[in-house]
Amino acid sequence: MSLTVLYFAWVKDKIGRGEETLSLPASITTVSGLMDWLATLSPGHAAAFSDRRMIKAAVDQQHVDHGTALNGAREVAFFPPVTGG
Amino acid sequence: MIRVQREPFDPGAELNAFMATVPKSGGIASFVGQVRDFKGDDTVHAMTLEHYPGMAEREFAALTEDARGRWALDGLLIIHRYGELRPPEPIVLVAAAAAHRADAFAACEFLMDWLKTKAPFWKKEALDSGEAWVAASADDDARADRWKK
Repeated sequence: MSLTVLYFAWVKDKIGRGEETLSLPASITTVSGLMDWLATLSPGHAAAFSDRRMIKAAVDQQHVDHGTALNGAREVAFFPPVTGG
Repeated sequence: MIRVQREPFDPGAELNAFMATVPKSGGIASFVGQVRDFKGDDTVHAMTLEHYPGMAEREFAALTEDARGRWALDGLLIIHRYGELRPPEPIVLVAAAAAHRADAFAACEFLMDWLKTKAPFWKKEALDSGEAWVAASADDDARADRWKK
């Protein structure tokens, strides 16, 4: 499965890019599983995902919990708690 | 109306234009958030707002729909900037128009509280001590939780 993964704010800084398109192993079915796999890709990814409590996720532009199933998602984003307004 | 934009805006002019669209409303409540020029003992020279294009607009649309389900509203306005800002430029303008002030006040406060915890924007401040991402505040979470049904 091909998936667009987006990163924002310090998650983007740690990973060194804001977007990547990845071919996921079929065994990855949840947001949490995706984070486990992403953390193995590079030291930057590992640093970004070292404290999951600081990471929020969105699947196809909707806020989700880490346990959410990917279910054919096209776009997943990871970012710190938001600070707009 | 919802606008997510890089360009500066004039809150007074925007509020006047919004009010002209709701002649049946007796009360309009508004809130402006602007870039502060200090943080603790440090000086804020500039602020960069990063955002998630597409999701930002979707979240604002969902928030305004939610507000319309809770109160009797004639109109809602959200303008939010991204990009480079300097103190004391406006970051956000929220306005709510209703027949009576109670609905307008409540909707305006609700939109700001939920926007603070749901809208995908991230602030980075340029200080004397360097650049730093702003941390989310527990107080913002507590304020948003008050509106959970």
